[in-house]
Amino acid sequence: MSNIIETKGLTFSYPQEEGEAVTLALNGVELSIERGSFVVILGHNGSGKSTLAKHFNAVLLPTGGQVLVEGLDTADEALLLEIRRRVGMVFQNPDNQIVANVVEEDVAFGPENLGVPTEEIRARVDAALRSVGMEPFTLHAPHMLSGGQKQRIAIAGVLAMEPGCIVLDEATAMLDPSGRREVLEAVERMNREKGITILLITHHMDEAVNASRVIVMDHGQVALDGPPKAVLPQVDRLRELGLTAPATVELLSRLRRDGWQVPLDALSVEDCAAAILAGLAK
Amino acid sequence: MLKDITLGQFFPGNTVIHRLDPRTKLLAVVFYIAALFTAKWFVSYGLVLAFLLLCIHLSQVPFKSLVKGLRPVLFILAFTAILNLFYTPGRTLWHWWIFTVTIEGIFTAFFMLLRITMLIMGTFLLTYTTSPIALTDGLESLLGPLKKLHAPVHELSMMMSIALRFIPTLIEETDKIMSAQKARGADFESGSLIQKAKALIPILVPLFISAFRRADELATAMECRCYHGGDGRTKLHVLRYQGRDYGASAALAALLAAVIVLRQFGL
Repeated sequence: MSNIIETKGLTFSYPQEEGEAVTLALNGVELSIERGSFVVILGHNGSGKSTLAKHFNAVLLPTGGQVLVEGLDTADEALLLEIRRRVGMVFQNPDNQIVANVVEEDVAFGPENLGVPTEEIRARVDAALRSVGMEPFTLHAPHMLSGGQKQRIAIAGVLAMEPGCIVLDEATAMLDPSGRREVLEAVERMNREKGITILLITHHMDEAVNASRVIVMDHGQVALDGPPKAVLPQVDRLRELGLTAPATVELLSRLRRDGWQVPLDALSVEDCAAAILAGLAK
Repeated sequence: MLKDITLGQFFPGNTVIHRLDPRTKLLAVVFYIAALFTAKWFVSYGLVLAFLLLCIHLSQVPFKSLVKGLRPVLFILAFTAILNLFYTPGRTLWHWWIFTVTIEGIFTAFFMLLRITMLIMGTFLLTYTTSPIALTDGLESLLGPLKKLHAPVHELSMMMSIALRFIPTLIEETDKIMSAQKARGADFESGSLIQKAKALIPILVPLFISAFRRADELATAMECRCYHGGDGRTKLHVLRYQGRDYGASAALAALLAAVIVLRQFGL
């Protein structure tokens, strides 16, 4: 089985007042997330990307259709713990997801709930803190840490449950640039070294550059889906969807408009520079 | 001003006092308070005080922060001392209008002051040296037998530890809201008591709203990490009594016994 998460005809509407028209937050989403992939889900506010993310570990249940996590139906309440153990979730506000007053006890919260034996919790907590580079802070109080550090603690807390997939629901939105970089590096390393599937929900386009797949949501539907080199160069389509292309693509597309012969899919700053140099040489 | 609220703060450390089992420390505080209230005269107070100072020294908690913890109760301290000073019957030293100072009054006021100060310092030492989670773990374990009577012991201890966890966060938030309201021209300092109380409304309303939102998000985050109540939960730190716990318990029992004996002799 190569897909860790599958959605089939997923629709969802938030409960509404009587007499109000039904608005679908998700409208027929068909997705298969491959195991070990790094997927970035983009979309403007209200596009349904966060709603979609909350379906992946049964925080929200579909009004129509199905969500399968490793073949387990999220609508089945008996499977709830199994599903949440497999798909961990990191939220936007670091302060509102840290439960304990000491870093190591917070990381231990998940495994404690799962009934993992004490010695193994110790090993898992140490390993999780090591892999997000927060080992020196094992005995610190979380409220004294920076936003990026708190988010890494939250990631370690999820990691300690040994999930196959981690969903980051705008986990970088409240961080400063250096905090964002810290979190992204930790996540990318986990994807690379442990093969953990990463679903990164964000509205920062530049975070999508290194992904293996980019999904753009709009009006509760998948608007664009493909590798970054196919999705991100579609400058005009992205603008229609309320997004701006990454700065590199934006620059290249303007150069092209001025008659330069440069490719649009040089996403990283280095590739972009190389492309412009090659264009200059012509 | 809000930074002064130190209740529920924890000074991480690795001293003997820090490493004691939270159950031992909780029981020790009970014993200590019992001893404090049994103490009658200088000798017994001195003994309890010496014990407290020894514990503070061992814990390496800065003495200053313990003294700072007294600030919120200064008024109560002064009030009790004055009441006891002027209204204890006995041999009159000085008299004016309705005020009478007696020798007994001076002693009672002094001992009252000492008792409350030591009471607060002792309990603060507990919260300063015990992580709130250890503390609630200890309480949960001590109250464990009540689970048989279907008392929600685990839920209570979870609520307590979350409340303690969010104290610094909410204090920070209050500071932010106050600054925001001040920037909009709110005045918290001047006016009568009623006006001052009214000025608190624009702080409390946003604070409550945000606290509810936080609670909601935290609940979701906890559920996402498979929280499902106390059943089948294991612990990172399992409470186990060590040699030092028996030592500490013995020391406390000896202290209480000594104070009781001293009381018999009026010391």
